[in-house]
Amino acid sequence: MTFLNKSRFHHPQLAPNALGLTRRDYEGAISTLCAGCGHDSISAAIIQACFELDLPPHRIAKLSGIGCSSKTPTYFLGAAHGFNSVHGRMPSVLTGANLANRDLVYLGVSGDGDSASIGLGQFAHSIRRGVNMTYIVENNGVYGLTKGQFSATSDKGSKAKKGTINTDEPIDMVAMALQLGATFVGRSFSGDKAQLVPLIKAALRHPGAAFIDCISPCVAFNNHEGSTKSFDFVRAHNEAVNRLDVILGRDHIEAEYEPGTAIEVTQHDGTVLRLRKLAEEHDPTDRVSAMNHLQERKAAGEIVTGLIFVDPEPEELHDHLGTIAGPLNALGDADLCPGAAALEKVNAALR
Amino acid sequence: MKVTQAKSPEHFHKVVDCQYACPAHTPVPEYIRLIAAGRYTDAYMVNWWSNVFPGILGRTCDRPCEPACRRGRVEEEPVAICRLKRVAADNKDDVTGRMPRPAAQPNGKRIACIGAGPASLTVARDLAPLGYEVTVFDGDSKAGGFIRTQIPRFRLPEEVIDEEVGYVLNLGVRARLGERVDSLKAVLADGYDAVFVGTGAPRGRDLDIPGRKEAAQSIHIGIDWLNSVSFGHIKSVGRRVVVLGGGNTAMDCCRSARRLGGQDVTVVVRSGFEEMKASPWEKEDAMHEGIPILNYLVPKEFTHANGRLTGVLFEKVAAQRDADGRRQLLPTGEPDLHIPCDDVLVAIGQENAFPWIERDIGLEFDRWGLPKLDPKTHQSTIPNVFFGGDAAFGPKNIIWAVAHGHEAAVSIDLFCRGEDIANRPPPETSLTSQKMGIHEWSYDNDVSIDLRFKVPMREAEIALKDIRTEVELGFSRELAFKEAERCLNCDVQTVFSPKLCIECDACMDICPTDCISFVDDGEESELRTRLRAPANNASQDLYVGLGLKTGRAMVKDEDVCLHCGLCAERCPTGAWDMQKFLLETAKPKAQSCGRAAAPRMPAPVAAPER
Repeated sequence: MTFLNKSRFHHPQLAPNALGLTRRDYEGAISTLCAGCGHDSISAAIIQACFELDLPPHRIAKLSGIGCSSKTPTYFLGAAHGFNSVHGRMPSVLTGANLANRDLVYLGVSGDGDSASIGLGQFAHSIRRGVNMTYIVENNGVYGLTKGQFSATSDKGSKAKKGTINTDEPIDMVAMALQLGATFVGRSFSGDKAQLVPLIKAALRHPGAAFIDCISPCVAFNNHEGSTKSFDFVRAHNEAVNRLDVILGRDHIEAEYEPGTAIEVTQHDGTVLRLRKLAEEHDPTDRVSAMNHLQERKAAGEIVTGLIFVDPEPEELHDHLGTIAGPLNALGDADLCPGAAALEKVNAALR
Repeated sequence: MKVTQAKSPEHFHKVVDCQYACPAHTPVPEYIRLIAAGRYTDAYMVNWWSNVFPGILGRTCDRPCEPACRRGRVEEEPVAICRLKRVAADNKDDVTGRMPRPAAQPNGKRIACIGAGPASLTVARDLAPLGYEVTVFDGDSKAGGFIRTQIPRFRLPEEVIDEEVGYVLNLGVRARLGERVDSLKAVLADGYDAVFVGTGAPRGRDLDIPGRKEAAQSIHIGIDWLNSVSFGHIKSVGRRVVVLGGGNTAMDCCRSARRLGGQDVTVVVRSGFEEMKASPWEKEDAMHEGIPILNYLVPKEFTHANGRLTGVLFEKVAAQRDADGRRQLLPTGEPDLHIPCDDVLVAIGQENAFPWIERDIGLEFDRWGLPKLDPKTHQSTIPNVFFGGDAAFGPKNIIWAVAHGHEAAVSIDLFCRGEDIANRPPPETSLTSQKMGIHEWSYDNDVSIDLRFKVPMREAEIALKDIRTEVELGFSRELAFKEAERCLNCDVQTVFSPKLCIECDACMDICPTDCISFVDDGEESELRTRLRAPANNASQDLYVGLGLKTGRAMVKDEDVCLHCGLCAERCPTGAWDMQKFLLETAKPKAQSCGRAAAPRMPAPVAAPER
């Protein structure tokens, strides 16, 4: 951790975005995590993504649970709304907030302990319900705050810093998210911002439940030989299925690709996700194909990364519930007290 | 790109912009830290070893360091380096005990220094303690040269000159003052082992336009006039004064005139205000004293009546580019401007003059009347005659004279020992980690965001009454601390070890000024375009580390690095370290008399308590 604050001085040519904000305006307080923590890299990627998307920071809600990962929302988007919830309870708090005010951009940040152990049920149900959010799990395979015990996502056979071998099967949160009906599923690596930043941008633009599993080496307790979540191991076994370009509606599409080498997915808001294929047999718009590919490569000992699945026509919780289009805090007296005639209508429907 | 080698001092020397820009390569950040720590005497001595005249330069230096200062690229203004130097001089304790002692025994070599200005005195300072018998000649009755005769007292009190010139003369230097040398041949015939010529550029340029002769009584050459003012020969000037010229001498002339009775003083320059040679702060100081600066006016005639000057007639011009793109001053056709005045001071430049050097003794001059010299060794075509200061390459300033003096002293020392003077000794350098603990460094790495502090000035009313009243009061200790804290400590270098790097991106993410990138290697010009922030300042080097596991290159643009050390604090493996780079230019070393050189650099500075 650092005692100094990052200086307010910045590069004289630091570019502003469409809102006139610089990347520095999307930062938060200085991180108190260990030096070199993968989570800090993910925070930097979130800052970069929000800056590039011209998101007004005060229209974002960042929610988290407990753990190293869940501390990170303090370290980015200082001007956003934040909620640091109970351990593993971020998804339900996020769901409630989303129902009350659907106009904000929801960013849930969690870890492998927070989401794969104590919060596994919450994770599952928020995905299953299709809450419109970006759910990032900063996955380091250990409990860093309590000195490096294996977590539920730690691979079987992986070695702890002191030499213990993990004997339990890991939970693959990407496989679960696919099975639970997430409409956007990706995996990335904190050490590869070229892949991570577009993935976060696409997820923030996705109008449904978007899940990103981000492998994030714990430099203090899980970055040694024998670990399957170390910088070296992930770099050696990383098998990206595609490279993603997020093309905003305002941008001009220039590059042309050979037919079959890239597919484009246009989202509701006009954002185009262009996926340059790296794995031949993988179709990112086909859930079954994605699940098969994931299992095959996993059996071959590879870590599949990239945008694994995206549904171009997603549905979300508000669609299912038929809720009112605006946020509840914008409802006026007339909406809240529709009068005797409306009551009569309701009563009549129940007879 | 080529890997930056930590072993070669050139890269790190360039990073310390101020020190690199200083002709004498004064270790600026080192003494600024000492000032912040309240160690004024140590700060003074760091200066003294490098530039010999800290108190004088702290008031008068042309400060090439300040335009170079990295702070000026990060925020609006550079650190007030020059005036901090004065703080060290103002607040030091008695330093006589820390000065080198005169040599216990002579080494048998005799050196003559002609002219007692900064260049000669530097040669004397460097050589006398080693046992050389140095004799300094000057036509004036006191040593100091232009420092004493040209710089008005309201900028530089006489005590400061006496003190610092005294430190040099007390090293066992023989001063033969009031003895103008009028023959180099005669000096050489005296059998000196080497002769150093530091006679400056003593001739002020005249302006030969109609009326010059007729009104001669009221038309004065600037540097001669300043000299007479300095020695008290001139005590007053007319009520209305026109100063011709836009250099620092013109600024000294107009401000002196203002104090000698000139109420209506005007500076007139041929070219534009921006093109004036005077330092911006000197122009500012003159205007602050109510002196207007008129530009684009070319003097045409001195008007006179009954043998008395009545004014100066000027032609109005404008700057235009001719077909070849050269800038020319062309008349605008507007009516001429007549400025009535009682006195004119002509400060349009100065020239070298060597009437005392015989042309048949083998000393060759170039077509501009300057001696033919080796630019590095300062050796003339007579092997044992060396030149320095304004006498060498034309008019410059004090700090250049000092730098020349050091180089000439090295040459003279090598020459007298029979060694090859082209074989220059390298500077002494060191690179030392500043790490004290996990988040502790032996320098204050918390970057101050204060803007530049102004030096307190005496009220104009009081300052203008007496030419001996110093205008600037100097920084108080409190202000000096705050100003010193603005220094970015550029000498504390970011040193990178690729072998230790795990490419976690922590340094890149934390850097406040986006200096650090991990990218595919490439050619420099192309590499500069795809860094995290564009590296457009080509005068600032890239620091490159290769051999990373992914095959990428670590590229750091040195341009706007704050030297805050956050990269090193966030590095989990110690691949980044903050290391202090100290460079001291080579000086003649005590070899012949067998005495070890005194340790020059003081003990490390601890970060001040906040």
